[in-house]
This record gives sequence, structure tokens and C-alpha cells, in this order.
Amino acid sequence: MIEPVLPPALVMVLGASLIPAVRGKWRTALVLGLPLLTLLLVWLVPEQAGLMLPFLGLELIPSAASAEGRLFATVFALMAAVGGLYALGSKARPLELAAAYIYAGSAIGVTFAGDLVTLFIFWELMAIGSTAVILLADTQKARKAAFRYLLVHLLGGVLLMGGIIAHWLDTGSIAVAVMAPESLGTMLILGGILVNAGAPPLSAWIADAYPEASPSGTVFLSAFTTKTAVFALLVLFPGTELLIWVGLYMVFYGIIYALLENDMRRILAYSIVNQVGFMVCAIGIGTELALNGAAAHAFAHIIYKALLLMSAGSVLMMTARRKCTDLGGLFQSMPQTALYGIIGALAISAFPFTSGFVTKSLETAAAAEQGLLVVWMLLLAASAGVFLHAGIKFPWFVFFQKDSGLRPPEPPAAMRWAMAIFAVACIALGVFPQPLYAILPYQVDYQPYTVGHLVSQLQLLLFSGFAFFVLLGQMRRTLTISLDFDWFYRRFMNALAEEFALRAAHAFERLEARAAGRLRALIDDLYVHHGPQGILARSSPTGSMVLWVALMLGCTLLLYIF
Amino acid sequence: MTERTHWLYRPENRPKLWALLMVILALVLLPELFVHHHAHFPQLGFELDTQVGFHAWYGFIACAAMVVAAKVLGIFLKRPDDYYDD
Repeated sequence: MIEPVLPPALVMVLGASLIPAVRGKWRTALVLGLPLLTLLLVWLVPEQAGLMLPFLGLELIPSAASAEGRLFATVFALMAAVGGLYALGSKARPLELAAAYIYAGSAIGVTFAGDLVTLFIFWELMAIGSTAVILLADTQKARKAAFRYLLVHLLGGVLLMGGIIAHWLDTGSIAVAVMAPESLGTMLILGGILVNAGAPPLSAWIADAYPEASPSGTVFLSAFTTKTAVFALLVLFPGTELLIWVGLYMVFYGIIYALLENDMRRILAYSIVNQVGFMVCAIGIGTELALNGAAAHAFAHIIYKALLLMSAGSVLMMTARRKCTDLGGLFQSMPQTALYGIIGALAISAFPFTSGFVTKSLETAAAAEQGLLVVWMLLLAASAGVFLHAGIKFPWFVFFQKDSGLRPPEPPAAMRWAMAIFAVACIALGVFPQPLYAILPYQVDYQPYTVGHLVSQLQLLLFSGFAFFVLLGQMRRTLTISLDFDWFYRRFMNALAEEFALRAAHAFERLEARAAGRLRALIDDLYVHHGPQGILARSSPTGSMVLWVALMLGCTLLLYIF
Repeated sequence: MTERTHWLYRPENRPKLWALLMVILALVLLPELFVHHHAHFPQLGFELDTQVGFHAWYGFIACAAMVVAAKVLGIFLKRPDDYYDD
């Protein structure tokens, strides 16, 4: 007997489109209930592929459950529910909320895609939903950022689609299965996924676009796009060595740029690249321990990064300020928001008894297990760097440092509840990691709480903190941004286009002048021969005609005589 | 309305806060006397990570290096924050 189970993504996406249509209590019920219903369906979809859809001669499987898919879909649904609560509190526009839920639903669609075409369709739906979320912040800056964001993601989408088609022509398969980036098709697929992961060179879109959204918009954005990319890498390209180095680059890129940054939500956006770098690196290592680490880290990361951005969003909403140079001393009037922000900061830094500690250590342990000494040393340095750029820098500059004199009140209750739920989740996962370990893709045989690990992690973090305060003078915030690859498409290409337009206009003018000159010469020439005085158009006087006739007659007479 | 400065911001408390930090740092170094760290890479003969306080000095130096790296890159990369505003 076939159980008629609805695809979870479909329920979420269709339900989301009802949000603007209902009001009051019904909307609240829909916003909170829809993700939970989706979560229920995520666990009800049977393991074996159910529904098949014929499409252009292909068999599509829109809803296929896997361990990895369930894990990611679970945290996506939880994220949507708590993000929805936060958005209700921050009075987000219903349209923005609908876009965010369509975005979340399509992310769940990616994790349940049974074939590459379905994956691609949801992938693009995510790009549209997330662009709408940025657009609906409704500021001039957001509109421009949304356009740049869309361009980057359309490029990623084109790479992915080209890759899927090439792969299908090569192998005749559109199955979501492990592949190696050795053919054109698989290389394009890898490239398309890496664009969404925030990999170099196009990492700049995250810090460019996310901080322009509304307080709740940024919270949603931080969760789905990069983490579905992690999911796709996890199921398609585990053990691809290139990813180790791409991941390490992202890790340090995130730290350095976050250290240079002044905008509080941009700091956290750079930190997304840093965190995804850890996951990408672990996927590159590719052992069961490493893949478990990447999946668990993604799960924990979504929760604590959302918590950090909720805390930053609350500050933004209550003070209308976003720069570290304008903030400081807010712990006095926003103690709860500060506390939740600090819990998120401790979790991202992998402090013992937080979710970061029990998940990120799987990744470093995997590097050690494989004997990758350099990778391990770099990951260790990066862990210290996370505490530096996100763990201390964010709470310090926003809630402490100098007293800015601002005394904003706490945000509305719904926003505080959303933060409280995720703060509790960060600590609960840290203290009781077993339920999370139980739903990881592979059997977990790892004990995070050993005395040696606790002591070494505490030393690493606290001495990083010591370094922060010793070097505080070197990190004075300045009213600056940092150039990144986006300079090429925001300034260089722009200047190139302007230069091209200028030069083309000059060349065209010269060409025009030359053509006009030729024409004028031709007219002058015609005038000489055919003008009033021209030899070919001159009219002769009657007298000369008579003279010529007389002359000719005279000649005839002379010929006749002789 | 005159609000008394919070104790964190009073200048006379700064040395106390530094002292507190030092005490905490000393406390996390204390277990080094009793705990023996196992090597992560015994097969490579790499034993730096078993040294006393390896994670402490490595964390400190790594952070200092990253701050310096950011500072140096900042010379080339920093622009006024209205750079892209038209």
C-alpha cells in the first residue's frame, strides 16, 4: 500500500503564499504552524522514493528522503518557525514573510530532491525568494544590493544548469549521487554550488546583500542559501580534495574581513563565510567523521548564527544604528538582548557546553584522524580566530566598549521569545549532543567531553580573548568598508563600460565627421562640373551659336569649292 | 537626570578587570600540571601539541598574527564607507 504523503516543500511553499491573504490571529497561527507541519511531514516521508513525475522524457522524484536531507530539512523547518516568531515581533511586512517562507520551503525542497532537475528547480526558487526578501526591505540600498545578489545567483544557476545538462548527456543520469569533478558537467555543477556556498572568488555577495535586508530578513537569509550549498556538496562531492583548500581560504577570508569591518551585521555576514569554510573543508576531508562534522556543524550553525543576527537585528530595530562606531554600552538597557547575543557568540566560538563545541570538534578531529597536520593546525588557528572576530568582537563593540549614551529599550516580547528559544537550543545541544548525533548521516563514535579536550579548548579560546584585549588598540573601528571581489563588478566593470561608451562615442564622431567630409567633397565636385558655372551645365549665348554655325557653313563651302 | 556611570566604565575598576582576566587565564593553565595531552599525530612524530600550554600560546599567537594580517591588508583594502554611494 502506498501512503499518500505530501512533499514537505510543497506544503511549505503553497502555505507561504497564503500568509498575505490572512489576518490577525489566523496569520500568527499560519506563520507558526506551517513550519511545524512541514517538520512533521519531513519525518513522515518514507525512505523509498514515492511519487515519480515524467518531465521532458525524464523521471523526476520530487520527494525523496535521506538521512542528510532529513537533518537539513529539520533545522530549516525549525529555523523558519523561530524566524517567523521573530518576524511577527518585528512587524515584518506579510509579503516579506511570505517570500521568506517560500525561500525556506524551497530550501527544504532541495534537501528532498531525488534528482538533479528537481534540485535545480528548487535552487532557483530559492534565489527568487531570497531576492524578494532583500528587495522587500524597501530601501534604495537594498534594491541595488538585491539586483547584484540576483545577478550572482543567476550566474550560479546557469553554471549549475549547464553542468546538469552536460552531466546528463555524458552519463544519461540525473541521479543525486556522489560524483567527482572530472568531467565538464560535474565541474560546472561544483562551480554552481560553490557560488551559493560563498566560495572564492565570489564570496563578497554575502556581506554585500544580507546586511541590507530587514532585521528579520537577514535572519532568514543567513540560514538557507549557504547551507543548502553545504548540503549539496555533502551529497554530491564528499572527499573532493580541492574543497579542503577552498574551505580553508573561506575560513581565513571570513576572519580577516570581519576584523576589518565596522557594520555589525556585516561582521556576522563575513562570519557566515568563515563557518561555511569549516564545513566545506570537512566535506573535502570526506571521511564519515568529517561528513558527520560538516552536517552537525551546519545544524548548530544555523541556530547560533540566527541567534546572533536576531540580537543584532534587535539592536538595529531599537536604535536604527548599524555601525560599531555608533554603538556601545547597550548591555545597560538591553540586558536580555545582550545575554542572548553573548550565548550565540559563545556557541559560534565552540565554547564548552555550547552547540559549537560538540559539532565543530568533529571536524578538527577528522583532520587529525586523517593525519592532515597542516589542515589541523590551520583549523585550530581559525577556531581561535572565530572567537576573535565573532565571539568577542561582536558583543564587545555592540554591547560594551565605550558607552555610546544610547539607552534603547528591549525589543518586543515575540522577538525576545525567539531569541530565548534559540539560546536554550544552543546550550541544550551543547550539554546533550546525543539526540543530534543520533540523526547524523553516519554512526557517531565520538566523545567531545574529555578532560584534555575541555582544557585545551578553554586555553585556546581564553588566550584568544586575551589577545583581543591586548591588541584592542589595533582594532579601533574606523568608518570604512573593505574592497573585495565585488569591486570588479561595482567599480571596475562600471568604469570599463563608461570608458568604452566614451571611446565608442569619440570613434563614432570621427567616423561621422569623415563621412560628412567625403559627402561634402562629392557635392563640391558635382558643383564644379554641374553647377551654374560648371563646364557641363553652362548655357551658351546665341551669338556664339551663330558664330559656330557660320564657321561650319564656311568650312562646308570651302570643302565644296575644292 | 544624572545616571551614575556603570561600574564597568569607571576608570578605577579597570585594573581590577585586568586582574580578573589574569586570574581566569591562570586558572585554565592550572590543569596543565595534572593533565597529559595525547599527541594528535603520533605517526608523524609531531609532539608540539603535547607540550604544556600549547593551545594557550598557539591561540594567542594565531590571533595576534590574524590581527596583524588584517591590519596590513587594511592598508590596501580600506575605503571610506560611502565609497560605493553614488
